[in-house]
Amino acid sequence: MTEALPTLWFVLIAVLWAGYLFLEGFDLGVGMLMKLLARNDTQRRVLLNTVGPVWDGNEVWLVTAIGATFAAFPHWYASLLSALYLPFLLVLLGLIFRAVAFEWRGKQDSDSWRNRWDWAIAVGSFTAAAGIGAALALTTTGLPLDANGDRVGGAFAWATPPALLGAAAVVLFCLVHAAAFVALKTEGGVRGQADRLFRRLLPFALIPFLGWTVLVQVRTGSVVTWLAVVLAVACLTASYRSAVGGRDGRAFAALGGGMLALVGSIFGAVFPVVLPSTLDPAFDLTVQNASSSPYTLGLMSVVACFGVPLVLAYQAWTYWVFRRRVSEASIPAAHAVTAL
Amino acid sequence: MEALEIARWQFGITTVYHFLMVPLTIGLGLLVAGMQTLWHRTGKDHYLRMTKFWGKLFLINFIMGVATGLVQEFQFGMAWSEYSRFVGDVFGAPLAMEALLAFFVESTFLGLWIFGWGRLPRLIHLLSLWAAVLASVFSAYFILVANSWMQHPVGVEMVDGRPVMVDAWAVFTNNTALVAFPHTVFGALAVAGAFLLGISWYHLWKRRRDGLDSLGPDGSLVVGNPRGARDAVDHAVWLRSARAGAVVAMIAFAGTGITGDLQGKLMFDQQPMKMAAAEAACHDGTGFSILSVGNLGAQSCDDITAVIEVPGVLSFLANGDFTTEVKGVNTLLPEYQEKYGTTLPDDPMYGERAGTEIDYLPVMEVTYWGFRIMIGFGAIAAAAAAAALWVLRRGTVPESRWLMRLAVFGILAPFGANSAGWIFTEMGRQPFVVAPNPDPSGIDSVFMFTAAAVSPGVSLAELIASLVVLTSVYAVLLVVEVRLLVTYVRGGTASAMPELAHAAEDEDEDEDDDAARPHGGRKDDGDVLAFAY
Ligand code: HDD
Ligand code: HEM
Ligand code: HEM
Repeated sequence: MTEALPTLWFVLIAVLWAGYLFLEGFDLGVGMLMKLLARNDTQRRVLLNTVGPVWDGNEVWLVTAIGATFAAFPHWYASLLSALYLPFLLVLLGLIFRAVAFEWRGKQDSDSWRNRWDWAIAVGSFTAAAGIGAALALTTTGLPLDANGDRVGGAFAWATPPALLGAAAVVLFCLVHAAAFVALKTEGGVRGQADRLFRRLLPFALIPFLGWTVLVQVRTGSVVTWLAVVLAVACLTASYRSAVGGRDGRAFAALGGGMLALVGSIFGAVFPVVLPSTLDPAFDLTVQNASSSPYTLGLMSVVACFGVPLVLAYQAWTYWVFRRRVSEASIPAAHAVTAL
Repeated sequence: MEALEIARWQFGITTVYHFLMVPLTIGLGLLVAGMQTLWHRTGKDHYLRMTKFWGKLFLINFIMGVATGLVQEFQFGMAWSEYSRFVGDVFGAPLAMEALLAFFVESTFLGLWIFGWGRLPRLIHLLSLWAAVLASVFSAYFILVANSWMQHPVGVEMVDGRPVMVDAWAVFTNNTALVAFPHTVFGALAVAGAFLLGISWYHLWKRRRDGLDSLGPDGSLVVGNPRGARDAVDHAVWLRSARAGAVVAMIAFAGTGITGDLQGKLMFDQQPMKMAAAEAACHDGTGFSILSVGNLGAQSCDDITAVIEVPGVLSFLANGDFTTEVKGVNTLLPEYQEKYGTTLPDDPMYGERAGTEIDYLPVMEVTYWGFRIMIGFGAIAAAAAAAALWVLRRGTVPESRWLMRLAVFGILAPFGANSAGWIFTEMGRQPFVVAPNPDPSGIDSVFMFTAAAVSPGVSLAELIASLVVLTSVYAVLLVVEVRLLVTYVRGGTASAMPELAHAAEDEDEDEDDDAARPHGGRKDDGDVLAFAY
């Protein structure tokens, strides 16, 4: 049993990351679409309001993934975050600007004001997606870590092809995922634009993600994880078919399913290594040598047993409450605040 | 400059900054939830407007708490990796629980509340706010459990040189956390109370200045009642908010005093050096210093003399009587040196500091003044709140612009008290990041020097870059945030309720348009969102 706990937590953290990519994936993508898809202010507000009630809840998936890593695998947490100091700094800056921009952009009635915060949302979303992608790719492909788990080779030792691949993988995934989401959640002009964008992007947008997956599979894959890759490709094909057939819901779900299969296959393949060292395999962090004590893991398991289903339930309910499609007609007039 | 110094500055700046938003979120959240509950039960229009107006300010502030909180979550790993490795087994758990059990609830239900006006059934809408607000209180509990473990490590055993959790109950019922939690919540309420009072005072004053409200010849209040946002209901909004704020501020101060006294007693047992440093006391004694002079910064207490001292009070704070001698620095230093060594061990984890002498004395200027600013600003705010309540008995405020300014700037006092309290607590813990506890309820052998906590792999340049970037971004955001808050405050209730602003414009429209009616219930005016970004 005590042997199984670290494995359980590895799975749970993989689930948290997958949940994060699925949920915040579309709101990061929507953020980038603010500058890529929307043609006027009303359209931008339509985009914003598709994620308005849910983006903060989605972001907590990241906070929880990081917090759970700290609790369950403190050495993984410490090594990954300190080794990727600058990438995580960029992620944080991106998320900070994005968060305040969501809240602030409508709070002054001026085009330059809104434009400034639109850029903050778009660039912030892009940076966050790229940084998270790089970090996830590196934790599955390796960093130059010494015996203590500390990075050697300077501040940019992480800037390698896998980092770039991971960044591209997540950014492009977020973009298509958001296009599918917007097609599903809106009505009118924006919906048509999103639908077209989705069909144009999908055939190649997942190539970096597949590349990252294959890179990991070639090194440590098993039959099962290769099967997951096949499943993912099947999902992606189904997604494209559904989009062509005009079935937004299915296209969105199949794309998400494809991403989940890819993430599953990546985490499945690297197990039991959580953070390989490119210097010496003896320095690899694994689910065993990086984990907390069985007591702590047991405690956290009990909490997660109650916590995770509850979160899923009320977040699902939120999506149900806000299920109505947003259209340009549903956006109220801008409200300029003036001093009395 | 060394990496350690930069990392400490960064942690201090980002955390104190985060804790500017947090108390307002916790305190104001509770008050807004109370207002909406009153509206739900009475249906009175002024409660609705209070909910909307204060709720708007709450949200503008909330988002900054989220943005800066993210940095905190990552920072332990990024800049303090050795610390994270050392404490991970106990420290990560409350952090993860905070995210899973509190932040998820908070962010999800707040989303429901913001966008749920007119869409959710009224009761569910109200309960969403309560869920979000109580979750924020709950999150404070978890983070304080984590912090209290650093002040008073309990529930662990040392295995291979690292603390390993053996008793979760002890960690989550750490007496340090159980008193820090109510103290912090009261501190948050003090912030919210002053916030309500200061802003409402401004609006009451403005109504008088604009000739809306006036005092009749017999001193009785005549409330103006023009159409739109500044009708008689508007007066009720500010008067009730001001009174509520004053009462909350007074209760909150009493609460911080009572719980702070308990914290003082624990500190006396758990971190005697912090107690001595808080008093800048060289020698054992019983008196609480109100003013000490001398060179506090010299890191030697011998030339510090207490000018005004109240005998017995320090003993009371520490031990509940008037005679216990509270140990001074001169007594404690040898005790610490004997227990925890005179020099840092010759371990590579200390880098160039290995073997250097340990300075057990925290920076006394900071601890001494931090403690006094906390109590002093809190007391001033409470006294001002009492005076304000008296002034408000007539139902309005004096025409004096000067008094109005005082009320508005008074908002800063409890913020200052909170920051000072934290700076005192955290810097008083130095040179330890996990403080050893000589008293039997803690575990004396579990401690960590701050000098060993910083990330060994991170370069000085990276830390400087992040310190500069984060500090400048935070500074810019603060300017924008304050400007926005000021704009929304100036706009009055109409800034949160566009329908009120429009009502004033449509002078010649039908008398009974629905502008004045509550908008919280289900309403089906097509597809237009009741609230949209
Ligand atoms: C409005 C805010 C406020 C006010 C009016 C007070 N405090 Fe406080 N105090 C805090 C806000 C605060 C805080 C910022 O919330 C701290 C920092 C850490 C903590 O747990 O609470 C704190 C810490 C703190 C500590 C340090 C605990 C430790 O380091 O272990 C003590 C001993 C006190 N307080 C005592 C008092 C006393 C005797 C007060 C008398 C009225 C008082 N505080 C008013
Ligand atoms: C759970 C909550 C907290 C934890 C775990 C925590 C932890 C830490 C850590 C690891 C450091 C760096 C080491 C050091 O220099 O002491 C630190 C320093 C500091 N923290 Fe906290 N802290 C918490 C809450 C706060 C809050 C809320 C504030 C203030 C608003 C605060 C203010 C500071 C300051 C000012 C320093 C710098 C101290 C110095 O450099 O001497 N902390 N804290
Ligand atoms: C240094 C340790 C701290 C960490 C790691 C931390 C972490 C965080 C994070 C990640 C968030 C954003 C949550 C979201 O996305 O919704 C946040 C917000 C919050 N934090 Fe902190 N925090 C720290 C210090 C504190 C302290 C000492 C308190 C209270 C005593 C506190 C109370 C809150 C509350 C109530 C919120 C939500 C409200 C808001 O965002 O303003 N935090 N914190």
